[in-house]
Amino acid sequence: MQNTVTSKPAVPVLTLNGRSVELGGERNLLELIRKAGIDLPTFCYHSELSVYGACRLCLVEIEGRGIQASCAVTPEAGLKVRTDTADLREIRRTNIELLLASHHQGCTTCGKSAACRLLELARRLGVDTVRFTARRPPAPLDLTSPALVRDPNKCVLCGDCVRFCHEIQGIGAIDFAHRGSAAAVVPAFNRGLGEVECVHCGQCARVCPTGAIMPRSEEEPVWKALQDPGKTVVAQIAPAVRVALGETLGLAPGEDTTGRLSAAMRRLGFAKVYDTAFTADLTVIEEAEEYLRRRAAGFAGPMFTSCCPAWVRYSELAASDLLPRLSSCRSPQQMFGALARDLLPKQLGVAPENLVVVSIMPCTAKKYEAGRAEFAHNGRRDLDAVLTTQELAHMIQGAGVRFSELVPEPLDMPFACTSGAGLLFGASGGVSEAVLRYAAAKLSGGAAPAANYGAADGTAARREVTVTVNEIRLRLGMVYGLREAQEILKEVRAGTCEYDLIEVMACPGGCVGGAGQPVPAGPETTARRACGLRHAAAAAPLHGAQDNPFITKLYQEHLGEPGGPRAHKLLHTKYQTRRRLGKSDGLPLIHGQDVGRVKVSVCLGTSCHLRGSQKVLRGLAKALEERGLAERVELTGAFCHERCDRGPAVTVNGQVFDHCTAELALAQVEAALAVATGA
Amino acid sequence: MSAAATIKGSRQFDAACAILDRFGRNPTRLIPILQALQEEYRYLPGELLAYVATALGVPPARVYGVATFYAHFTLAPRGKYVIRLCDGTACHVKNSIPILEALRQRLGLTAERKTTPDLLFTVETVSCLGACGLAPVVVINDQVHGQVTPEHAVALVEEIIAREKPAAA
Ligand code: SF4
Ligand code: SF4
Ligand code: FES
Repeated sequence: MQNTVTSKPAVPVLTLNGRSVELGGERNLLELIRKAGIDLPTFCYHSELSVYGACRLCLVEIEGRGIQASCAVTPEAGLKVRTDTADLREIRRTNIELLLASHHQGCTTCGKSAACRLLELARRLGVDTVRFTARRPPAPLDLTSPALVRDPNKCVLCGDCVRFCHEIQGIGAIDFAHRGSAAAVVPAFNRGLGEVECVHCGQCARVCPTGAIMPRSEEEPVWKALQDPGKTVVAQIAPAVRVALGETLGLAPGEDTTGRLSAAMRRLGFAKVYDTAFTADLTVIEEAEEYLRRRAAGFAGPMFTSCCPAWVRYSELAASDLLPRLSSCRSPQQMFGALARDLLPKQLGVAPENLVVVSIMPCTAKKYEAGRAEFAHNGRRDLDAVLTTQELAHMIQGAGVRFSELVPEPLDMPFACTSGAGLLFGASGGVSEAVLRYAAAKLSGGAAPAANYGAADGTAARREVTVTVNEIRLRLGMVYGLREAQEILKEVRAGTCEYDLIEVMACPGGCVGGAGQPVPAGPETTARRACGLRHAAAAAPLHGAQDNPFITKLYQEHLGEPGGPRAHKLLHTKYQTRRRLGKSDGLPLIHGQDVGRVKVSVCLGTSCHLRGSQKVLRGLAKALEERGLAERVELTGAFCHERCDRGPAVTVNGQVFDHCTAELALAQVEAALAVATGA
Repeated sequence: MSAAATIKGSRQFDAACAILDRFGRNPTRLIPILQALQEEYRYLPGELLAYVATALGVPPARVYGVATFYAHFTLAPRGKYVIRLCDGTACHVKNSIPILEALRQRLGLTAERKTTPDLLFTVETVSCLGACGLAPVVVINDQVHGQVTPEHAVALVEEIIAREKPAAA
């Protein structure tokens, strides 16, 4: 028999809680279930990360297969799946109960309680008693990081932080250690986060479902300054803050809150509220000029941006060979700090010591940056405190200010006037867009129309844009996430990278996805914040940094030429290689007993290792033994002398020798021995 | 200190480098590498783990995680003679605790301080060595001693000390 009706190929379906659901190429059953409108609980599932399957909350019952973790099942047509059987509910509840039992239960005093997944799930699943008690003694807080606080007692071992740090940042500063009831997520050797290769991006804190890793709050010192009548407290707000702050205060992500933000901050007691986008405009000019100067001087290959402090720290820790490619520009935050100290006391009529400068940032690494030694003068930091968006929202709530009812107020001049380009700094691609707008105007002698190059438009982790002006081709690469950046580093090292400028942001989507922003927030929220910034930038009356009259005036009256000596002093900085692990005793090789023995150490840090320090160390040990000098020296393999760009580094009685070989080192040791014996 | 002791670290470092080379400095061979290093050093010093991380290009936190996950690895220094005392049910019933106390007293050790400062002895308890017929059992390195009394155990230790003395002098 022949069929006259050709049936359409059937869309594959499976049965979910008795209803038929279409398969649409979801990566796993959990995604499909969530798409079908059921919010299955999870701790350890993040669409940005690999599947780990450890939290055992996303359990489902599949007919013929039994109970399975849905995050690890590939959707297949015909499966009969249930999410709500009595068994499943009971298992989930018990899992949460067990987690609560070993979890520190001070929810009322925990900074995360408003956004804690554990608390939310306990409520949702109706856990009303905890039948088990903790057996582990409480672990101490980790307060070694300037940006983050780790409370191991709140960790539920979901591994989200571990995977983010490893998979997206390519760092692996924290990992699982020990086993069974002693299992923990810790930095290497159970040290503090501030004593390992952590770059303070805070993304681990962003994905942590509980309060086990949190941005380090600086609310208290800021409150104290605000309430001190002798102090004048001023603030700068970063572009990304304004499009996210509202999320905590009842508004949608991406909504521009600038006006209400400045109104709220004045109610808290801030004397002036300025815009970091202003110094972003300044950064654009300094950075573009720096690039054009380098290019004219024959500097081949790409230059990297330097506004992301997590990226700068990464470079100092792990890419010492590429430090000369890092722009010497300070970040907009620190440019503001320098200008504030230089100009505001006179402008505001305040004694310098009574001026308190605070930044409001979407970022935890900015807390680290503000504390860097080069940004302090005579013991006073340029920036007294850095608050995250979360912290500021908390202060607004704490003061009882009804944010959504506030009448918007303008920011304070002159650091309020900003171009659209400066505002775009808060989203990935924004720095590139801003640089292009400036460079196009400059290279065309002002003849190029005010175009939007779309650099800040995409959401992919790596993008590029090419623009030709007056036959000069500019090719810019943009990347977020430090693992992605490491891929570009490889290309730069191999000499295959054709970009002129590479913009690197550590956080997903750029600063809008920073760890200081309200949580929880996934890629969709970040994208909406970026969209909010693009809208604000499009509406800004000034297109590029070159159009900002206050910037022009600042150069004329104060800074001189872009890139000139005064600009250099205030707006540029230097970098140095840094050790990954904190101080250590080193690995002992020769342990001489003589009283006046010479102390020698050869660096075994990554960079020196790659330059052959192992050979130097062994060669030196052998030579010393052969010459019968063993009793007269103490020789160790040490971890990083912070001379990674000049290794192998060898120290002899405290003096460092760069580019050392075993022979050179031996000569130095013999010289030191000669001195010691008075020969 | 003897000349050998002065340059012991240097010999060990040579051996460590040879071990790394033997496994091709391959990060996926981390566990056998750590095993071989532990044989050489008798424990895994933190500095050595940091060096392994560097040499293999693996984050130090991962090396630390693996080294602390397996009960076989120890990150605290261990003595040349590891005395393991069974405190399983059979041995416990047959009075293993007085043996433990006698040994600790003789060597100046406690539950927390398991290794003597001269790195000669480590005293640990384990639950069941699978030799319950011989209870109470004491194992010194790989040698099993059955039906031990506190006096007997201390005598074994004295014997070792006497044997090691000339080498240490
Ligand atoms: S702050 Fe960033 S680098 Fe540091 S542990 Fe967290 S994710 Fe890793
Ligand atoms: S610190 Fe947070 S994210 Fe990391 S394993 Fe623990 S609970 Fe999970
Ligand atoms: S690796 Fe940093 S100085 Fe050697």
